[in-house]
Amino acid sequence: MSIDRDEIEISLKARCEAIRKVSIEVNMKNENLYNYILGIADNSLILGQRMGELCGHGPTLETDIACTNISLDLFGQVRSYFQYASKIAGDGRTEDDIAMLRKEREYINVLLVEQPNTDFAYTMARQFLFDVYHLAFLVELQKSADLTLSAIASKSIKEVSYHERFSSDWVKRLGDGTEESNTKMQEAIDALWTYTDELFHQTEADKAMVAEGIGVDVTKLKDSYYRHVSELLEEATLQVPESKYFQKGGKEGIHTEHLGYMLAELQYMQRTYPNMEW
Amino acid sequence: MSDEQIKNLEEQFEARIARDEKIEPKDWMPEKYRQTHIRQMSQHAHSEIVGMLPEGNWITRAPSLRRKVALLAKVQDEAGHGLYLYSATETLGISRDEMYEQLHTGKAKYSSIFNYPTITWADMGAIGWLVDGAAIINQVPLCNTSYGPYARAMIRVCKEESFHQRQGFEIMLKLCNGTPEQKEMAQDALNRWWWPSLMMLGPTDAESIHTEQSMKWKLKRKSNDDLRQQFIDQTVPQADILGLTIPDQDLKWNEERGSYDFGEIDWDEFWQVVKGHGPMNRERMKARVGAWERGEWVRDAAMAYVEKKQERKEKQAV
Repeated sequence: MSIDRDEIEISLKARCEAIRKVSIEVNMKNENLYNYILGIADNSLILGQRMGELCGHGPTLETDIACTNISLDLFGQVRSYFQYASKIAGDGRTEDDIAMLRKEREYINVLLVEQPNTDFAYTMARQFLFDVYHLAFLVELQKSADLTLSAIASKSIKEVSYHERFSSDWVKRLGDGTEESNTKMQEAIDALWTYTDELFHQTEADKAMVAEGIGVDVTKLKDSYYRHVSELLEEATLQVPESKYFQKGGKEGIHTEHLGYMLAELQYMQRTYPNMEW
Repeated sequence: MSDEQIKNLEEQFEARIARDEKIEPKDWMPEKYRQTHIRQMSQHAHSEIVGMLPEGNWITRAPSLRRKVALLAKVQDEAGHGLYLYSATETLGISRDEMYEQLHTGKAKYSSIFNYPTITWADMGAIGWLVDGAAIINQVPLCNTSYGPYARAMIRVCKEESFHQRQGFEIMLKLCNGTPEQKEMAQDALNRWWWPSLMMLGPTDAESIHTEQSMKWKLKRKSNDDLRQQFIDQTVPQADILGLTIPDQDLKWNEERGSYDFGEIDWDEFWQVVKGHGPMNRERMKARVGAWERGEWVRDAAMAYVEKKQERKEKQAV
């Protein structure tokens, strides 16, 4: 039997090409999944960091404990997400590398969560506006085709339902409390409202993951979000802001000026003492 | 009540304590017992709350996510200890607001150790290892103290403190097994926290004004000096495991006593810090008072909201 070397070579080339294509697809899928996870986790990371700043400085001991607890829950979620992301990256990057060694433009959290703890009204308004979204998001993420994400969502829902109850209660208390608290809460809601629309924007990775049945189509959460938030604000005797001007950019890594300072603290040890274990 | 009746009650009371019975909030107790317990228990609660600040200082800068989560949990535990110690003290007829007032005006004290600054990450290790270590030595005997609510609170506090102490030691161990720079950071923290930790166990017996009565009421089981010796004997071998040097040239094993001899404590420094002139006294109080004042409108709103809700409910009922 004669062996046609050319034929073998052609067939080999075709196979290599096919493998290359598949591996590019796998890489693309992995990259999208990696970025998708970062998009979710960065929100918890930055909000957790903000809540962590308050530890020991709350208006009552009970709120202090609750805010620390929220921070703790969020960082717990961050660890699950980044451990998974680290596995997907498969290049030795650890959860801490992902959390603490990116550049400012590489964080893709929404602008809402990086807003400062101006006062307790801002802190609770920010928490409330995020929690309502976060809870609805996790309910959907539970249905993800990705079993790890679905499992993290199921675990987080219990925690985030508590966050949402806590922040909603405070919006009601402060809105319907004294004249002073009503003014402060209204001011906070008005100031933070401009960051709410971004919660429902999609990145390329988001869209790719929705197409795969892994990601949540956040555009579908928008109507019920505003309905729920508006009802609660009305119950709290607060005005629902009418402004139609919204800020965006966080999901593309273009942040407000606040984030850089937060990262300076978050990354301080990792940057000052590189490649060490703690 | 006649003097004789009071004397009779006092005798019965002391006899109950001698029999190791617990005194409960509704039981009769001498006024001095009540006041001493309010003083010590509120001081303990304040220490937990002020103690959140030096460690809270490192939450946003913790070096890894694992450490950050553990530190948050620890500081949250301290807030929890504060909460149930305040509640236990309230059973003696003082409100939490009154206790805060005493803290904010300087009438009530808190543990002096928290008036030192936390300037490196290793301080999180040193505080857990040494400060919580000393606290446990102080607190374990309180699990059997005569006042029921305090004893029960302390059982839970001690369980969590011993976890914190192990956590602190583990931070130190990691540093000591790390790079030379990390080990140096650990040694520096030990140098700064060692003496204040010894002072934390209180003035020498000769200077301690509360010891005798407190022993009788089982509010204290061992003298300050005995507790200090116990702490040193227990901690020196741990420093050896870490490969760190205790900053005391006079420290040496005394075969005869079966204990370590140690150098002179700088009591002037102790009293300076106790009297409010330590490195961080002003900042700690500023942080506590500031949080309280900034929170006033929040607490007012919460009260107003409850009242409004109640009014609405009553109107509906009519």
